[in-house]
Amino acid sequence: MRVNFTVNGRQQEADDVWEGESLLYVLRERLGLPGSKNACEQGECGSCTVRLDGVPVCSCLVAAGQVEGRDVVTVEGLADFAKQREEHGHGGACGSGGSAGGCGAKGGVTLDAAKRWQARPGDSQTGEGVELSAIQQAFIDAGAVQCGFCTPGLLVQADALLEENSSPSDQDIREALSGNLCRCTGYEKILDAVRLAAARQSEAV
Amino acid sequence: MAQNTRTVPAGTPTNVTQKHAKGGIGESTLRPDGTLKVTGEFAYSSDMWHEDMLWGQTLRSTVAHAEIVSIDISEALALPGVYSILTYDDLPAEMKNYGLEIQDTPVLANGRVRHHGEPVALVAADHPETARRAAAKIKIDYRELPLVTDEASALAEGAPLIHEGRDDHHIGHVPHPNIVHRQPIIRGDVAEARKRADVIVEGEYVFGMQDQAFLGPESGLAVPSEDGGVDLYVATQWLHSDLKQIAPVLGLPEEKVRMTLSGVGGAFGGREDISMQIHACLLALATNKPVKIVYNRFESFFGHVHRHPAKLHYEHGATKDGKLTHMKCRIVLDGGAYASASPAVVGNASSLSVGPYVIEDVDIEAIALYTNNPPCGAMRGFGAVQACFAYEAQMDKLAAKLGMDPVEFRQLNAMEMGTIMPTGQVVDSPAPVAELLRRVKARPLPPERQWETAGEGADVRALPGGLSNTTHGEGVVRGVGYAVGIKNVGFSEGFDDHSTARVRLEVINGEPVAMVHTAMAEVGQGGVTVHAQIARTELGVTQVTIHPADTQVGSAGSTSASRQTYMTGGAVKNTCEHVREALLEMGRRKNGSYHPAWAHAELLLEGGKVVTDGGEVLADIADILEGEAIDLELEFRHRPTVPFDLVTGQGDGHVQYTFAAHRAVVEVDTELGLVKVVELATAQDVGKALNMLSVVGQIQGGTIQGLGVAIMEEIIVDPKTAKVRNPSFTDYLIPTILDTPTIPVDVLELADPNAPYGLRGMGEAPTLSSTPAVLAAIRQATGLELNKTPIRPEALTGTL
Amino acid sequence: MDFLRPASWEEALAAKAEFPTAVPIAGGTDVMVEINFDHRRPEYLLDLNRIGLLREWEVAEDVVRLGASVPYTQIMENLRTELPGLALASHTVASPQIRNRGGVGGNLGCASPAGDSHPALLAAGAEVEVESVRGSRLIPIDAFYTGVKRNALAPDELIKTVHVKKADGPQQYSKVGSRNAMVIAVCAFGLALHPETRTVRTGIGSAAPTPIRAKAAEEFLNAALEEGGFWESGKVVTPSIAKQFGDLASGAANPIDDVRGTAKYRRHAVGIMARRQLVWTWEQYRGTGNGRSLEGAA
Repeated sequence: MRVNFTVNGRQQEADDVWEGESLLYVLRERLGLPGSKNACEQGECGSCTVRLDGVPVCSCLVAAGQVEGRDVVTVEGLADFAKQREEHGHGGACGSGGSAGGCGAKGGVTLDAAKRWQARPGDSQTGEGVELSAIQQAFIDAGAVQCGFCTPGLLVQADALLEENSSPSDQDIREALSGNLCRCTGYEKILDAVRLAAARQSEAV
Repeated sequence: MAQNTRTVPAGTPTNVTQKHAKGGIGESTLRPDGTLKVTGEFAYSSDMWHEDMLWGQTLRSTVAHAEIVSIDISEALALPGVYSILTYDDLPAEMKNYGLEIQDTPVLANGRVRHHGEPVALVAADHPETARRAAAKIKIDYRELPLVTDEASALAEGAPLIHEGRDDHHIGHVPHPNIVHRQPIIRGDVAEARKRADVIVEGEYVFGMQDQAFLGPESGLAVPSEDGGVDLYVATQWLHSDLKQIAPVLGLPEEKVRMTLSGVGGAFGGREDISMQIHACLLALATNKPVKIVYNRFESFFGHVHRHPAKLHYEHGATKDGKLTHMKCRIVLDGGAYASASPAVVGNASSLSVGPYVIEDVDIEAIALYTNNPPCGAMRGFGAVQACFAYEAQMDKLAAKLGMDPVEFRQLNAMEMGTIMPTGQVVDSPAPVAELLRRVKARPLPPERQWETAGEGADVRALPGGLSNTTHGEGVVRGVGYAVGIKNVGFSEGFDDHSTARVRLEVINGEPVAMVHTAMAEVGQGGVTVHAQIARTELGVTQVTIHPADTQVGSAGSTSASRQTYMTGGAVKNTCEHVREALLEMGRRKNGSYHPAWAHAELLLEGGKVVTDGGEVLADIADILEGEAIDLELEFRHRPTVPFDLVTGQGDGHVQYTFAAHRAVVEVDTELGLVKVVELATAQDVGKALNMLSVVGQIQGGTIQGLGVAIMEEIIVDPKTAKVRNPSFTDYLIPTILDTPTIPVDVLELADPNAPYGLRGMGEAPTLSSTPAVLAAIRQATGLELNKTPIRPEALTGTL
Repeated sequence: MDFLRPASWEEALAAKAEFPTAVPIAGGTDVMVEINFDHRRPEYLLDLNRIGLLREWEVAEDVVRLGASVPYTQIMENLRTELPGLALASHTVASPQIRNRGGVGGNLGCASPAGDSHPALLAAGAEVEVESVRGSRLIPIDAFYTGVKRNALAPDELIKTVHVKKADGPQQYSKVGSRNAMVIAVCAFGLALHPETRTVRTGIGSAAPTPIRAKAAEEFLNAALEEGGFWESGKVVTPSIAKQFGDLASGAANPIDDVRGTAKYRRHAVGIMARRQLVWTWEQYRGTGNGRSLEGAA
């Protein structure tokens, strides 16, 4: 079947979709957006979290056919999404679809891209030309990223938390992130990151 | 390739200590891959994609032990979209097995399966669903065989042999062919020492099977090349070890199997063994198309080895003034159907079974069994984790029996620098065991009844049961427990443990840039961060590029055994020192006549310049290089070790020891048997923290893996069928952020003079003592003995 | 596999009539896992996401008519006064992400004894409104669960709304799992006091082949409260009544041993939860505030 929907502000069309495919599979394997991760495919880990019409959901539990005509934001579009929210004072669909959120190859990461992978000189503080959302920068700065496989889902979920509650208590953070498993960090630095992003946002206001 | 590849012994060419460099060692610089990881651009092994690629699917055995009577692939092969189906008969080379140390694992089952979930056939198809449907149509006729599931059934008369005709190097000394390896350690005279004991305690302990549960499932992409070889992009812990196992089975020389490390979604030991690597290559070569294999979570539970479950029997004695007299123990590890890392696990379990304590008279035996249970192998802290759980329970029992404080009792018997291990090895660097315990004990305890909110209600999220609203404080009792552990660092027992680093120094856009190229698997631990820091420190440059890890450079060894910062970090340091020396030599040749300091002063590299130790600038690095590059690839080794004697267990088998202590504070709903860990304070000596942010992250993460196995994590194998009952994240539970406590960390930096920068491998130690500390706290809260981990609610409520 | 995308309730009913084997999918919590793990290959998937009325609820005088797809998050946030037991139960469902999409219809359709909302629905008292092209009917919740993962739906019927009685007194809900969030129930218990009728109702999850009520425990408590004049006096429930209630609730359970827990533990835990909830709800009824204002609870 064919599925049309909006991803990170861009209209997308996926063809020859098998009816049993999940939104996660379509994003990763058909639209070149492998940022949402396939850690459990049973709704138990949150690594595939995306915003579906603004609501954080596990994309592994959304049937591809269910997203027809709807709006999806993935980690690739998170920075733009956050920027638009800042500029327009609300969340929702991002209109432009910046470079990070754009869809590249038909499938996932091409070999050329994989081979090109190189840690950038310097460290992540500079980010060189990459504009990050507050929560993304905070995850780097607080050391909340290790293997990084849980990171995309956590970022989408944590960003949604801060959108709703700009100064969450520790228990609020824990509750909001209780559907996102991380195996590397023991979560302490993830808590630090969310606190940091919240503090920076309140300073900025 | 490196321009000037040469191998020289480890050691420093110049005896210069580089001064602090910006972004150098000791700073908490941020991950170089951080930006890619937060934007979703970082390419993990499951993210690979290739035009025209096929999807590989593994068909696995549905029974644990059986003869394969027949395999019929005809119906599956007829399915449109199926390109290839492979079974044992299709394997192209003489070599059909692989394995880390013992090549006993069939790439595809050869007429017999030995455990539930063993690979039997492979499918390549144009869509994962096509591949799954085809796999489902492969008909396999099994004739089930009697099961070996524990020590009794493994060693019973007439027991089926899991591997007949063994010819590995352990078969000569094991008492039974269903024992992979046996390591006794005998020192002193236990019978005599026992007479001095005023109290003796015995205990039987059971450690459950833990899964690494890394979040990125096994995956990779194999691309056939025009020369008949294959390019493999994969998530692994050790590229070169994989390569050594892959190439012979493919019937290819190693240079035709080119491996590149993809993004790795965690490892924790679970990627030390081969999973889908060979399968993807076989399918790619058979179809002449790129083949991607991605396990789902269900398959991942069958796709890698687990932590050895263990039964441990301990006897300790002590005098009435609290001095340990002797220790006897027997540790039985279940290695499952294939050897994997079992021999090394036996070595660790036996040699570290005494814990970080001084006991002169010991009688130790550790064995690993072959059974029809799931294969077990490497997981963070292996061997040492199981032993620590048991000996720490013994320490509490002894202290209780003597009426002593459990921490003071441990401190009284704590080992220190100069202590002789049961293997006869002298501990020759700091071993601050008593101090670590002192530090965790000295912390103020978290306030009690934190669930009570300002009003009259309760915040259930702070209570056992959490959001499930099972208690508002009823039945909740607090407990506090302590534990400390010892782990070895690096590969032991005479293994030629080495690591290779290539460093290239050149000028790009007028600025000196160092490129560091190693085959080290970055699995999340932050090795890439540290490599860049080391290069900045040693070469005085700002710009460092980390080359992707691949097999075009020499082996870096495994990202395991707490060894990578020591070993590949050490290799980077060593190569940088040689690069520095080469640069200075170049400088002397070109500029030496202009300034006497070139010949006489100690020269350092700082801020892109050559300076004297007095701070005088002699030249810009860029000016010395003048468009040339210095490019060296060198191997680095730690000091040699020897195998343990097979009868006495004596020998300087370990490179370095590492220690951590924990204090656990728990609240237990004693009626429902639910546990909330309130705080897990820890102290650890790391020798030198090259990057404190990463060090603390490792300690906290390791601590929580220990918490997991204390109260929830276990792969449950049905003893009647040897089948795994909970291969999913629904039923294999790992801690969520609502299960984890605050984790205050106290880091000591007592330099080890034998190690690069004085550092101490540190990734595993926090996983050891966390589990027994939580157990001790639960025991204190409930008064129960609790000899099995994980603790289930049933064990706390008498409802097993 | 075919993917059916009805745009309206009528179209959905027509599709279900035409393809009775079609598996309805809304939040996807159960269905997608079965598909992802190759446990199920339905011939047809019937997507209910486009049907707005399933995501609506209506608070009437005595009941809340809750659309089958109203996400648990909405129940937690908007219906905690009217449906406190169900709101508490909703808060224990899986993860925030799943609560954002999943609704009571999925629990009922799947009819797993471990579904989190069942005990709350049983305790509150509810009717399930199901419909087909043949017409609609209301199935009392007590008659809805017919076996392990089986319910009273005919093959051509879909779940439209659940009519849950508005709380006329305190309600509680607890679930035991071996971790503090995102866990499938080892067992669960719900209790609702109904002061208007001076009765209590209960619900037990994951401790019998179907969700059940602890009827003997209810009858005992109804009688004990009545005889002791507790409803009028509002005096403290005696420990012996609480214990007896817990024991009877425990006795109502008919659990099995499985990978998540032993039968013995489940029976034990049901008793403890029942006893505690009686104390909590009764304290709420007496207006002491003890057991009320739960941070983090719904």
